[in-house]
Amino acid sequence: MVLPGLAASPAQADFALNMRQGVTPISREIYDLHMIILWICVAIGALVFGAMFYSIVRHRRSKGAVAAKFHESTLVEVIWTLVPSLILVAMAIPATRTLIAMEDTSDPDLTIQVTGYQWKWHYRYLDDEVSFFSLLATPSDQIKNRSPKGENYLLEVDEPLVLPIRKKIRFLLGSNDVIHAWWVPDLGWKRDAIPGFINESWTWIEEPGTYRGQCAELCGRDHGFMPIVVEAKTEEEYRQWVESRKVAQRSEQALAEQEWGLEQLVERGEDVYNKICAACHQPGGVGIPNVFPALKGSPVATGPVDAHIEIVMKGKQGTAMQAFADQLSDLDIAAVISYERNAFGNDSGDMVQPAQIKSAR
Amino acid sequence: MTESVHAHADEKPPGLWRWVVTTNHKDIGTLYLLFALLMFFIGGSMSMVIRTELFQPGLQFTDPLFFNQMTTMHALVMIFGAVMPAFVGLANWQIPLMIGAPDMAFPRMNNWSFWILPFAFSMLLSTLFMPGGAPAGGWTMYPPLVLMTGDAFPYLIFSIHLMGLSSLMGAINIIVTILNMRTPDMNLMKMPLFVWTWLVTAFLLIAAMPVLAGVVTMLLTDRFFGSSFFNAAGGGDPVMFQHIFWFFGHPEVYIMILPAFGVVSTIIPTFARKPLFGYASMVYATASIAFLSFIVWAHHMFTVGMPLAAELFFMYSTMLIAVPTGVKIFNWVSTMWRGSMTFETPMLWAISFVVLFTIGGFSGLMLAITPADFQYQDTYFVVAHFHYVLVTGSVFGIFGAVYYWLPKWTGNMYNERLGKIHFWCSIVFSNLLYFPQHFLGLAGMPRRVPDYAIQFTDWNQVSSIGGIGFGLTQLIFVYIVFQTIRSGSKAPARVWDGAIGLEWSVPSPAPYHTFQEPPKLAEGELQHEGT
Repeated sequence: MVLPGLAASPAQADFALNMRQGVTPISREIYDLHMIILWICVAIGALVFGAMFYSIVRHRRSKGAVAAKFHESTLVEVIWTLVPSLILVAMAIPATRTLIAMEDTSDPDLTIQVTGYQWKWHYRYLDDEVSFFSLLATPSDQIKNRSPKGENYLLEVDEPLVLPIRKKIRFLLGSNDVIHAWWVPDLGWKRDAIPGFINESWTWIEEPGTYRGQCAELCGRDHGFMPIVVEAKTEEEYRQWVESRKVAQRSEQALAEQEWGLEQLVERGEDVYNKICAACHQPGGVGIPNVFPALKGSPVATGPVDAHIEIVMKGKQGTAMQAFADQLSDLDIAAVISYERNAFGNDSGDMVQPAQIKSAR
Repeated sequence: MTESVHAHADEKPPGLWRWVVTTNHKDIGTLYLLFALLMFFIGGSMSMVIRTELFQPGLQFTDPLFFNQMTTMHALVMIFGAVMPAFVGLANWQIPLMIGAPDMAFPRMNNWSFWILPFAFSMLLSTLFMPGGAPAGGWTMYPPLVLMTGDAFPYLIFSIHLMGLSSLMGAINIIVTILNMRTPDMNLMKMPLFVWTWLVTAFLLIAAMPVLAGVVTMLLTDRFFGSSFFNAAGGGDPVMFQHIFWFFGHPEVYIMILPAFGVVSTIIPTFARKPLFGYASMVYATASIAFLSFIVWAHHMFTVGMPLAAELFFMYSTMLIAVPTGVKIFNWVSTMWRGSMTFETPMLWAISFVVLFTIGGFSGLMLAITPADFQYQDTYFVVAHFHYVLVTGSVFGIFGAVYYWLPKWTGNMYNERLGKIHFWCSIVFSNLLYFPQHFLGLAGMPRRVPDYAIQFTDWNQVSSIGGIGFGLTQLIFVYIVFQTIRSGSKAPARVWDGAIGLEWSVPSPAPYHTFQEPPKLAEGELQHEGT
């Protein structure tokens, strides 16, 4: 009983102070490189600062030290140019080896397309026709200090990225708007997601577990609120998850075929609004003056329905308003528009059906 | 006879208008330094907002957008408003005095290059009150994010143009002054090292600032005139911005540190009472650092996805910078070795510079290791790294310089006890502020976030306490400067008994006009007798 406790405490201290070793062969190599260069720095620091503080203690006038006159020595200058150079060469060799391995994205077992959005991640499993958005799951009450913070505060999502262990997984990273960076420390790297370009990277996870990270490139107001959660499963569990995911996607499609009532639409729309829209337009539709327009009583949300549908689906050029046609299903767009036209005191009674969205595409 | 010469040399025009129209290098140096001090406090108060918000997880005081405005403006104000003008101020005061010149080469341009700055920064700071707020996309202004800036956008671009113009005119002035106006006996290899580092810095400015001006102009046309330099949909490339920006940005970090190297190379021999060790190798190391600074820029952007060959090249070239930088540090330690040291306030700043800048250098070397950089990049580890080199490096260098030369400028001695209190408080608080940020970054906290996961709480609290303490400590500095000007004890011409150099051959305070005749170099007048 005592042993595990003893083993756990230094591990936790490590977590707070040092880089994580991670769960891939590459992340361990990176950790080793980090420790080697750290100890090299510590050793050089001990030598240089040691000499300096010795001198500060011994060679002070208050102890009667008389200044020497020397001020040049080509020999020592050559030595302290050459020795550091050799240390650097010795360091560069393993670093180069690791870097070459990291850049080798050939022969993957599966490929995941990662797309950054302000402020969420989209994952597409290219081998399995599975795709979904992954959003922050921490309630805003916790962020605004109105309720106690959970264990994984800010590092929890609604839909984690599920990956198989012991497979070479290739990532294709891109972005829909600004530059983001996809970073899970336990995998050992981060890579920028850049609009208009595709970046490649890969991983090979050793053991099942939940690994958390977040966006690492400033991407606007909610940059601090777009976490990443990777759930690594065994091959078998992973296949089961893929199949259940496909079933869920099919039943979602069937729902969109139905005729919906106002109450159902508004109820579903509220969820969509809080997940997708509230980051900018704010809970209650009040917006942020001069930055994000309010929806409460706005001309778009109270004017013609067609204009409302158009702006939600196509976005607004030159602003943060994105085109949601490719991000949301017909049903979700219909629901959220119905919600926006009936919530916040907009009470128009208007209702938009999924079929209307389908025909507007 | 000498009395009457000096009396005439010290005649100043009366009134406040003098400061507006002045072409005197000492007046302009003072203006630069006071402006930098003001900006240091404005930028500092922004960092107080940042550290206060980060004291606890959760959002307490700021909206995330305002937080991003604070990080962006803090950097722009500190880099372009505080550190760079402070060094130009030191150059204005000291270079003519150290090389025996009567003034800068282009006194009227000198006036203009200062007076552009208040306009540039009024414009930049006014964006805080504009619809949409101040720029919030980071001081690096990466597109496409920066293109989403509100009404502040054109003001940001134009104020950067103005800062660039000011720096360029300052740099031209410094180069021409150093190359043409040295007293005839002083060849290049006899110049004080502060003059050497500034000469190299000025060339870096001339090479780098137009690149910044160009790249922000491209942003401007992308936003307003339909170009697509950085827009992939129009055939452009957002990463190209980063390449051009950091081609300016890396020399920029040496622009902010080389003059501090010069300051430290001046202070340490004075208080060790021993000539600078390896003068010539210091000059060559400065020049090699300047050259290398142009071929390492992409280490700021290893994660954008470059070809392997490029990543390897930039890793090797970046590691190489450690060599000349190491030479400098070894030389400073050797200068102290077997000296006869005393530890007045300027010496304390210089010693702390050597230690803390070296710590910043170590983390820089770690960041050069590309695979490890894939973990470090954009985390608090980077924040710790560049604050060690910029605050405990550059800013401590500036403090050292001010304490060292303040008696020469004002004619009065500062209060040594208060100076030491200022120093020790700064050392304690700055390390509380920045050292834990290494841990935060390694443990996985990204930079530029207003809120964080709960496991980062402890070190953030330590860092915030250090930050508030460091900020308040600087009020002591203002009091010391004020008190020295008003009521300090009279300082002799040669303020420090180990001080060598032409600036100590004129009375304290330095008369309004000095070296109207080029001085003869007496035996032992220079730190470095040259060859």
